[in-house]
Amino acid sequence: MQFMLLFSRQGKLRLQKWYAPLSDTQKKKISREVIQMVLARKPKMCSFLEWRDLKIVYKRYASLYFCCAVEDQENELITLEIIHRYVELLDKYFGSVCELDIIFNFEKAYYILDEFILGGEAQETSKKNVLKAIEQADMLQEEAETPRSVLEEIGLT
Amino acid sequence: MPAVSKGDGMRGLAVFISDIRNCKSKEAEIKRINKELANIRSKFKGDKALDGYSKKKYVCKLLFIFLLGHDIDFGHMEAVNLLSSNKYTEKQIGYLFISVLVNSNSELIRLINNAIKNDLSSRNPTFMCLALHCIANVGSREMAEAFAGEIPRILVAGDTMDSVKQSAALCLLRLYKTSPDLVLMGEWTSRVVHLLNDQHMGVVTAAISLITCLSQKNPDEFKTCVSLAVSRLSRIVSSASTDLQDYTYYFVPAPWLSCKLLRLLQCYPPPEDGAVKGRLVECLETILNKAQEPPKSKKVQHSNAKNAILFEAISLIIHYDSEPNLLVRACNQLGQFLQHRETNLRYLALESMCTLASSEFSHEAVKTHIETVINALKTERDVSVRQRAADLLYAMCDRSNAKQIVAEMLSYLETADYSIREEMVLKVAILAEKYAVDYSWYVDTILNLIRIAGDYVSEEVWYRVIQIVINRDDVQGYAAKTVFEALQAPACHENMVKVGGYILGEFGNLIAGDPRSSPLVQFNLLHSKFHLCSVPTRALLLSAYIKFINLFPETKSTIQEVLRSDSQIRNSDVELQQRAVEYLKLSSIASTDVLATVLEEMPPFPERESSILAKLKKKKGPGAVSVNELEEGKREGGELNGGGERGGDGSAIAASNASTPSPSADLLGLRTGPPVTAAAPSAGSLLVDVFSEAGVNDDGFLRDLEPPTESSDSLLAEGPGDSDSAPPSVVSEDPATPLPESNELLNKFVCKNNGVLFENQLLQIGIKSEYRQNLGRMYLFYGNKTSVQFVTFTTTVTCPGELQSQLNVQSKTVEPLIEGGAQVQQVINIECLTDFTDAPLLNIKFRYGGALQNLTLKLPVTINKFFQPTEMASHDFFQRWKQLSQPQQEAQKIFKANNAMDTEVLKAKLLGLGMALLENVDPNPENFVCAGVIQTKAQQVGSLLRLEPNAQAQSGEQMYRLTVRSSKDTVSKRLCELLAEQF
Repeated sequence: MQFMLLFSRQGKLRLQKWYAPLSDTQKKKISREVIQMVLARKPKMCSFLEWRDLKIVYKRYASLYFCCAVEDQENELITLEIIHRYVELLDKYFGSVCELDIIFNFEKAYYILDEFILGGEAQETSKKNVLKAIEQADMLQEEAETPRSVLEEIGLT
Repeated sequence: MPAVSKGDGMRGLAVFISDIRNCKSKEAEIKRINKELANIRSKFKGDKALDGYSKKKYVCKLLFIFLLGHDIDFGHMEAVNLLSSNKYTEKQIGYLFISVLVNSNSELIRLINNAIKNDLSSRNPTFMCLALHCIANVGSREMAEAFAGEIPRILVAGDTMDSVKQSAALCLLRLYKTSPDLVLMGEWTSRVVHLLNDQHMGVVTAAISLITCLSQKNPDEFKTCVSLAVSRLSRIVSSASTDLQDYTYYFVPAPWLSCKLLRLLQCYPPPEDGAVKGRLVECLETILNKAQEPPKSKKVQHSNAKNAILFEAISLIIHYDSEPNLLVRACNQLGQFLQHRETNLRYLALESMCTLASSEFSHEAVKTHIETVINALKTERDVSVRQRAADLLYAMCDRSNAKQIVAEMLSYLETADYSIREEMVLKVAILAEKYAVDYSWYVDTILNLIRIAGDYVSEEVWYRVIQIVINRDDVQGYAAKTVFEALQAPACHENMVKVGGYILGEFGNLIAGDPRSSPLVQFNLLHSKFHLCSVPTRALLLSAYIKFINLFPETKSTIQEVLRSDSQIRNSDVELQQRAVEYLKLSSIASTDVLATVLEEMPPFPERESSILAKLKKKKGPGAVSVNELEEGKREGGELNGGGERGGDGSAIAASNASTPSPSADLLGLRTGPPVTAAAPSAGSLLVDVFSEAGVNDDGFLRDLEPPTESSDSLLAEGPGDSDSAPPSVVSEDPATPLPESNELLNKFVCKNNGVLFENQLLQIGIKSEYRQNLGRMYLFYGNKTSVQFVTFTTTVTCPGELQSQLNVQSKTVEPLIEGGAQVQQVINIECLTDFTDAPLLNIKFRYGGALQNLTLKLPVTINKFFQPTEMASHDFFQRWKQLSQPQQEAQKIFKANNAMDTEVLKAKLLGLGMALLENVDPNPENFVCAGVIQTKAQQVGSLLRLEPNAQAQSGEQMYRLTVRSSKDTVSKRLCELLAEQF
């Protein structure tokens, strides 16, 4: 996989993960192009698009589009299920996930993705194992955190 | 703001995100962000040491701001500090920040690598995984240097936790992709291969990606993986859907691993060991059988996962191409999908069948689905699916069904999406040629193609039909008759006129016996189209006329009269004028014998690779064309210009007819990668001829270019730099903004001096220019493409802003009236006073049928036009290079190649730039170095250039590094900008 993008129906990028070395300008250009292309598609059209020498595989979940760019010889259907599994992971972790969860907890969305896919390839496809890893990490931080005052939290002190 | 259900909940971050979301406008958002950035900056700079939590929060905010698309130029150090925190979440945020915002700052990389090293040796699996994720995410060469030796050891060590192994495997894969030379598997190979046997499915899933990549590069060293993969696959395929627990996905056992195993096997030929092969065939059969079973769930995930494995199995079956039984079964299975209600499956079935069609075992089975595929082409609502259907029709076409398929594709073409028309045209043309039993069908098909989709018929296609007609005498009479009939249509496409002109010029005699197509009738028919055509077509028609004089002496007087008319012999287009003059002279002084020799019928073209096939390959990549087509030879460009190379008496006409790089072919050259032909030396020398023929010899040319005198008019004129010769009415009130594409148009002329600057439906603007020292002269040709006259045609050339003091531009007035089909010329004199960056603006106004047309372009006057090439030896070059060593004297750009890296093309472009191309100067023969001096009135600016192509850059793309050093910084910068767009 070369990259994964999550974006809203309005074309706002919610998560971007790049597995190939690209400059920031290239990334911005590619995101714009891909988002525009995918948003122009009508429902019921097929989920695969040829784009440059890559294949774009996308699926819409409620207000969010999940979109992966994979190499030409890659299997489209299994990529579609990569997307679905990621959605399941988010859903399980956040408890019926919505776009807002991903906006406000973007770092978590990245952690979950890193546990599931690394360097563009599936690392662990078992839902239980991925969530276990994330929950262990959450445990680690809960032990470490000490409660703080509200004022301190919002940076007024 | 939603309740943060889990995790650390940095409330300050949530508040900030809410604020951003509540911003009503982009400006408000930017304001809020700037406020936050200022706050964070002051916190980071403040005297009070920040605790880990605050640091984490601020770094996280910076990350959020960056992901919104804003630039972040600080905070890296704080993020690196977090890496060494004992608190997991702080470390985690630090790593995330580094992964997203890598900085090539070497000092930082060293610190990051240190932190990673500590975590890798911490023996805490969670920390180790974080560090490995970071390496995999960044994947830089520095990291490969630091860790490529360490990670294989972690991967195979007996005491490494499974989760760490998984991360290590994929981390290594990423490093191998960026720096294969640094990842040495050697002693680890066998232990890595044996990870396929690991008990933990997750470890196998991660490791197999690494093994597949390594096998592709070193198949021999990894070939033991084949039998291991087969047995692993066999165990998965035969397991019940619950056996694999959490690795079963919607009742499908381990779909990801299965796909990856099948993919790994595609790196190798079929197993030689009979037992292994038997087991594998069994697996493949099981997969095909399972696809037929009733679904265990109605969920689309179930069918997707199952079919993902099926398609991957079919890919393997096609890859082996040795099991007829499996191939035919695969084909039948895909046949069922062709009518599936899921669009995705129809798309994939069409795509997969395309490859099945090229196997001799399944070709016939694929053909049985022809009706379904034709139906898909007609009824699919999604253009990408229709495209696949068209591809499949192309792939399944053979002698038995060619007529049907070509007919269907032709009829589809009438309504086809614009985006795929050109490709469809190429495909139809190729099929028609390849499977033509009788060539009359071929001729009919191509003429139909021109009729239906004339705009999409590229030159290659019409060149090819002429090549074929010339080479096959059995079809020549039919071709002449058919084009003659096609030309009867009141409106026919210009490409039809081209084919018609060429064929009647060669073979009109074959139908001249019929009084309905007597020589004069033929001539009148062709000539009735003349005024509607563009200059290149007119040039071709003129050649057809002279050929007529040879074929039919009775047309001589009529044609001579046409040639002698003012609109030909005094045509403002030099090419047309030259042809008219030469042909007229030739026809009046040459004896019949000489005429017959000079105007002899074109000899057959050498058989080469079809130019249209070459074009399709270029368009779609080699995969688009089946193997047997590729065998025909690699040589590209078997175009008509073969005719020009043959020389001999007919060469003058042959060359111009055949669109070799002649000035007029160049004027038409928008489609065919203009700089290639335009920069060729032959075009240059032709231009010089043209100039001298027009009575402007070299000296006169220079003498004419007296610097424009200062006149009091120009002081009064409103527009900056308004030329005093411009008609008074057109001093433009509004500093017109140039067309959006004008920069692109300008870029096309950096390395060449002639060509078409602009073209729309009404107007074509051609340019010829020449420069000497700091002076230049430019001829602009305004062609009216319509049959209606343009009135109040005025042009204004202005130098905006400071350009006014840098360039002196004078233009002569143009005729205010351009008749339909006519062309007028304008001369512009240019003097370079000092170096400049912007280009002069050319504003054109005219009325066409009452409507005012107004457009502004950039005149392609760029600083490099005033280059004088400077030859120098290697030693001198480097000495001067060193002398220009102040940082501002150098400009450098690294950019992606837009075109193939062809040495000859590169050289031609660099020569076109105007500098001297220095051979044997750079120690690396791949590099190009050039030297030249820019001549301006105020000063001379010496410039050196070095272009380093890198055909295999890190990202797999072709890159260039361009370095320019000049005695003036603005010149370096501008040259660099201009050139970066050229390759």
